[in-house]
Amino acid sequence: MNAARAHRLMIVDDSNIMRRKIERSQEIPNVEIVGTAGNGHEALVLHASSHPTLVTMDLTMPEMDGIECVEQLVGRDPDIRILVISALADKATAIEALEKGASGFLCKPFTERQLNDALAKLIET
Amino acid sequence: MSLQNEIGTFVSAVLNYFDTAVQQAAVVGTPYLALGKPPEIFDYTGMIRISGKKKGVVYFTAPKGMLSVMLMRMQETDMSDTNLRDLVGEVANTLSGNARKDFGRNFIISTPSVVAGSSSTIGYSPDTRPIVVPIDWRTYHANLVVCLN
Repeated sequence: MNAARAHRLMIVDDSNIMRRKIERSQEIPNVEIVGTAGNGHEALVLHASSHPTLVTMDLTMPEMDGIECVEQLVGRDPDIRILVISALADKATAIEALEKGASGFLCKPFTERQLNDALAKLIET
Repeated sequence: MSLQNEIGTFVSAVLNYFDTAVQQAAVVGTPYLALGKPPEIFDYTGMIRISGKKKGVVYFTAPKGMLSVMLMRMQETDMSDTNLRDLVGEVANTLSGNARKDFGRNFIISTPSVVAGSSSTIGYSPDTRPIVVPIDWRTYHANLVVCLN
């Protein structure tokens, strides 16, 4: 594997502006964005073709929500690292996401720095 | 929870969105009751519906010009209808998130929805009195409307 492209990031969010914001904001070296998806179903299809190692995952999405998608992605690849990014900031939601296999939780709205710090932490773990 | 605290939850969500995502603070005007006629609806409106211990609707409505400049502040160059809808949807998302965090299980909160068009109507129970919270940002004016019984 090329050391300069060690991590493969998939962005999952039903909001176009959020997907683009994460694409623009991501400044971690050695992270390559391999694709974006607008719901859980699209994410599963993209996962099969692009094999991401990192995922940013919205929760409230049409067709398949983020919690179910987290569970399915972790079922396919137990080593995948998933950062849930959601406005649903209550403890119960965060705990449910972590129990399903997410590795971290970032509340919306977020700054570029908060996103990069959260991604860096995800990579370190 | 008092009405003042309930409204504070939603106001905090909107102000936090401007502070964090737009990186420029908005100012809250003096809230007032919309009596006699429905609150003004601007070009794009993001809303959540609430049921359970309380029932009603909470929405953020803003003109296209304001939302376009907000997108520019967020480094977004595409001011399409899709992105303007997404933006009010994200604000509504934060209304939902704050409500879930502060109100807990006493409230059931819908997935945020978006309507476009200043001639849109937002349905609410006739026995509720909408509280309008003016949100001023730069030269623009939007409204946060809390309509709960």
